[in-house]
Amino acid sequence: MNAAPARMKVVDDRPLLSVKGLKKHFAMSKPLLNRLIEGGETQTVKAVDGLDLEIPRGQTLSLVGESGCGKSTVARLIMGLSTPSAGSILFDGADISQAPAGQPAAVRRRMQMIFQDPYASLNPRWRVRDIIAEPLRTYGLCASREEERREVDRLLEFVGLNSRDGDKFPHEFSGGQRQRISIARAISTKPEFLVCDEPTSALDVSVQAQILNLMRDMQRELGLTYLFISHDLAVVNFMSDWIGVMYLGRLVEVSPAAQLFNSPQHPYTRLLLDTIPDLGMSKRDCVPASGEVPNPINPPSGCHFHPRCALANDRCRRETPNLRAHDNGVRVSCHAVEEGRGDLPAVASAGNDHAAQAVI
Amino acid sequence: MALLEVENLKVEFPTRKGVLTAVDNVSFSVEQGEILGVVGESGAGKSMTGAAVIGLLEPPGRIGGGQIRLDGKRIDNLSPDEMRKVRGRHIGAIFQDPLTSLNPLFTVGKQLIETIRTHLPMPAAEARKRAIEWLAEVGIPAPDRRIDQYPHQFSGGMRQRVVIALALCAEPRLIIADEPTTALDVSVQAQIIALLKRVCRERNAAAILVTHDMGVIAETADRVAVMYAGRLAEIGPVARVLQKPSHPYTAGLMGSIPRIGPRPDRLVQIEGSMPRLTDIPKGCAFNPRCPKAIAECHHLRPELRPVADGAAACLLYEGVTQ
Ligand SMILES: Nc1ncnc2c1ncn2[C@@H]1O[C@H](COP(=O)(O)OP(=O)(O)OP(=O)(O)O)[C@@H](O)[C@H]1O
Ligand SMILES: Nc1ncnc2c1ncn2[C@@H]1O[C@H](COP(=O)(O)OP(=O)(O)O)[C@@H](O)[C@H]1O
Ligand code: SF4
Ligand code: SF4
Ligand SMILES: [Mg+2]
Ligand SMILES: [Mg+2]
Repeated sequence: MNAAPARMKVVDDRPLLSVKGLKKHFAMSKPLLNRLIEGGETQTVKAVDGLDLEIPRGQTLSLVGESGCGKSTVARLIMGLSTPSAGSILFDGADISQAPAGQPAAVRRRMQMIFQDPYASLNPRWRVRDIIAEPLRTYGLCASREEERREVDRLLEFVGLNSRDGDKFPHEFSGGQRQRISIARAISTKPEFLVCDEPTSALDVSVQAQILNLMRDMQRELGLTYLFISHDLAVVNFMSDWIGVMYLGRLVEVSPAAQLFNSPQHPYTRLLLDTIPDLGMSKRDCVPASGEVPNPINPPSGCHFHPRCALANDRCRRETPNLRAHDNGVRVSCHAVEEGRGDLPAVASAGNDHAAQAVI
Repeated sequence: MALLEVENLKVEFPTRKGVLTAVDNVSFSVEQGEILGVVGESGAGKSMTGAAVIGLLEPPGRIGGGQIRLDGKRIDNLSPDEMRKVRGRHIGAIFQDPLTSLNPLFTVGKQLIETIRTHLPMPAAEARKRAIEWLAEVGIPAPDRRIDQYPHQFSGGMRQRVVIALALCAEPRLIIADEPTTALDVSVQAQIIALLKRVCRERNAAAILVTHDMGVIAETADRVAVMYAGRLAEIGPVARVLQKPSHPYTAGLMGSIPRIGPRPDRLVQIEGSMPRLTDIPKGCAFNPRCPKAIAECHHLRPELRPVADGAAACLLYEGVTQ
């Protein structure tokens, strides 16, 4: 790979990104008919409800969780695409939580985002060259057209495309190539931090492997820090140093990646790991969890997970657990884990779908 | 005799630029009670193969050749009316989006009862009792109350359960499930897959499970068929194909899937991407991406031949050597 100039490795153990008490509440009015019947109050969706996390420099923290748990909302808040209802977002020590997207420029050009749908995020009427050059122009990073041209060529080749591809339009590329274009655009300002929201979910597995390899190579060569979002635990395993598991707007467990897979602590983390179909577990009869992800408009009281948790007791229904630090860098928010009764089977099995666990 | 036999199936789309072949000379069979997984990247022809078997190809798509036999009797040349009877009674269908299979204007009970009575003549009251039993069977709580609700009153996972009940209530012997869990969350996906497996086992029904998720195949299917660019690359018992693939494409695909476990530095990478139907390479369709390609691969098209305990379409197994 045609690498960018290697950066000096500066040892700095302050986290690059530090988020505290982050909240985003959306006001939602009910459909008219319901309002007439049930009265006029508006409801709130607590899409993100008090999130604390830190990402060390040069490392990857991934957020996982089921649809609607708030992953993309966190990404948008960090990028300034949406304003938090509460909480702070410190980037390299500077609080950007109330600053709009792109502001302040000196901080924002150091952070960029890659989206899930590589087509929707590229302007179809622009040539690839202009798409990639846009952030360079926004931040005035190239002194001349000539310099800009050289830089775009370099970026295209860096992500595995050809400099001739710059003159084409997005529709002339496959999904994987389009994602390479978005990556070239995202790294054009030489950011230190990338937010990647499901960057490979729309891609086929063979193309996903190409993009994930590219992202790992980029991290090694450019020393990038990633916030990575995915619902695919195997992808997350490949990408992450740290994993944060979200459930209905809250973090239920944040652990070093290997730790999370080897000894998941929170009952929901254990459920997720038990239920993903895995190649290694040929013809396993898994014990599916009962219940479905509840509605974020009206989340259960206390611990949001309690209706699906076999360890739930009165305290769980009443009192919201907080993230507490345990050994080996593990943080878990669960009363049972805190009380030392977290080792019992945590998942209520699903009625008549029950089948004995047998690994062949 | 196998329950379903597909022989040299071709699915075509006539276009202004000529006829595109979406499924090209595909042959396989499904035994009574067997679950056959069909995997491949998007556009490989998985859904078109399923749609051809169930007689739901959307025009201008058409079967351009080959035969499909159920219990030895051809079903690829039936009239739309005859095919409608086969569908439902003998072959049930489950699609990715439960809303396409459910009518939003009718209660789930009405839809179940109608399907049951179309295929199994019985009085309405008895059909209603059956319908409630089916809802219970697929894990819908309080089925006697839920039966009178409309699809929009169910969550995504619950709707897919209803669709499964609808596909099974006429007791077909073959079920075609096209990405039945792709739109669902992982924890719900596990429930649906377990349900499908259990019901197939208990009723000795066979299934064709189309998905791009190898994990689902690993946990569910007996055999797996791997499709690439409209062709069958390989077919064989799941455990063996996943662990010791014969075809270079299967090998690359398996290596490129991230797994839970020790974290490698890189994933196996197959360069490039699957060709569009308009520019399928000559010879073996996989040759531009194949790390093992030999000179012949650029002009000779490999046939599906017995390899190990399955079959593969690769010149390396046809005694062609450099
Ligand atoms: N602008 C908005 N107005 C109201 N509710 C919103 C808005 N944006 C998001 N939400 C709600 O906030 C919750 C979290 O949404 P978010 O998009 O962050 O989920 P996600 O974890 O990224 O899910 P997915 O895996 O499906 O992408 C959801 O319930 C969603 O419906
Ligand atoms: N109406 C159509 N006209 C032309 N080509 C089509 C049409 N419908 C599907 N195809 C093509 O048929 C091929 C196989 O499609 P499909 O079976 O849906 O793939 P899969 O399910 O494996 O993703 C694809 O290349 C697709 O573009
Ligand atoms: S034990 Fe209680 S706090 Fe812990 S996950 Fe279960 S319900 Fe939540
Ligand atoms: S026929 Fe040739 S190109 Fe095709 S898979 Fe076999 S070795 Fe590779
Ligand atoms: Mg999202
Ligand atoms: Mg399909």
